[in-house]
Amino acid sequence: MAIGQVARGDAEAAVRPPAIEVRGLRKEIGGRPILRGLDLLVQMGETVVIFGPNGAGKTTLLRILATLARPSGGLVRVAGANLAEVGPAIRRWIGILAHQTYLYDDLTAEENLRFYGRMFDVPDLDSRIETVLEQVGLRDRRHDRVRIFSRGMQQRLALARAILHRPRLLLLDEPESGLDPAAAAGLRSTLAAVEQPDRAVLLTSHSLDLGLELATRVVLLVAGQIVLDTPREAIDRATLERIYAGAVAGGRR
Amino acid sequence: MIAKAALILEKDLRTELRAKDILTAMAYFSLLVLIIFNFAIDLREVSVDAVAPGILWVSFAFAGVLGLNRTFVREQERNAIEGLMLCPVDRSAIYLGKFIGNVLFMLIVEALTVPLFILLFNLSAVGFGLVPALMLGTIGFASIGTLFAALAVNTRTREVMLPVLLFPVLVPIVIAAVKATGFAIGTISPDLAIPWLNLMIVFDLVFVVVSYLIFGYVLEE
Repeated sequence: MAIGQVARGDAEAAVRPPAIEVRGLRKEIGGRPILRGLDLLVQMGETVVIFGPNGAGKTTLLRILATLARPSGGLVRVAGANLAEVGPAIRRWIGILAHQTYLYDDLTAEENLRFYGRMFDVPDLDSRIETVLEQVGLRDRRHDRVRIFSRGMQQRLALARAILHRPRLLLLDEPESGLDPAAAAGLRSTLAAVEQPDRAVLLTSHSLDLGLELATRVVLLVAGQIVLDTPREAIDRATLERIYAGAVAGGRR
Repeated sequence: MIAKAALILEKDLRTELRAKDILTAMAYFSLLVLIIFNFAIDLREVSVDAVAPGILWVSFAFAGVLGLNRTFVREQERNAIEGLMLCPVDRSAIYLGKFIGNVLFMLIVEALTVPLFILLFNLSAVGFGLVPALMLGTIGFASIGTLFAALAVNTRTREVMLPVLLFPVLVPIVIAAVKATGFAIGTISPDLAIPWLNLMIVFDLVFVVVSYLIFGYVLEE
């Protein structure tokens, strides 16, 4: 690589803010600390998978990043914008697939996507709906009401809703939760299909297989604190399992 | 902002056209209350003109609470309210869309109920004064009702919580609406009705503006 290219690449990295910058993030709910001074940096193009036991604070972290909850303290920046100061426009940047699907049972798959697409002012909405329905494998069911969809289909449609507005930051909260193995495998291939280099993904999971398959970086969150943050290639499943078990046991003591 | 509120309204109307649960429940309940009062009160002994406006607003108030609860329960089924909160619009747009929807649902039910009310209570002279009384009363009811329904929907006892929170706050608007309705059916003179109508205008303005401003905080907390 020429010196000029390296310099240009460094300069681009220097001006492009990280997708997520979290410093000393604290969250208390009912006086109970959920997040205890969290630091996390996620660059564009990374897929960071957060593992952790129930109650570790994974969902709370994602809710704060999605602007659904306010932090009790600390700094949270998305795309360089401080969430405490920025207006609702930052939400165009963010897509989230949560435990609940955010869909309307009495509307069809297409009507649900059209509603959210218009709320986000998605350009060329018809073709975008076509594309995302194709990506999640629901094109043939576009005129069916969500009420009659299986859990797996609803989850895939929820993913289509989350990526409809081309978010640069995709937050996935245990996307495999509640799915049978076949549906989880289908969702895994769908998630892999919607990967994009100019997007950062933050995914929480209890499934080591799913997480390690998608991750470029692995984070372990226990009792509101990060106890491990490592590149994917630096850790194998057995080591992660051992550290996970040790950290969880330590957290319980 | 207005365009996004209109989208939310359109979605609510489309959903209601499919499900038909809100309007059916409200209309059924409202008509039932009128029929029960009609049987309970001996029209030969009681001055109908004096009690009829109160009966009408009792039926609207209870039917209205049913509707308010349902509109947010629907948003709660798949936590779609959070889907709305994730949209890149001021959260007051959600309030505006929901509020206009609730006003529309109530006005539709009122349009169905009033003819039966006139028939059952043998009211011969119902004037056009009924229109501003119903409009202003409904706007006041739905403005604060939409806010409180959003507040109550996350509580375990939301069906109980909403009327418990809402009715005390609504007392002035319901009293004013009853008085203004009395003018429409000829029980009070226009001179006495105008202060009540003015009071409703003031309450409506205050309720709409305050609810609009604090709705975002209510949703988050």
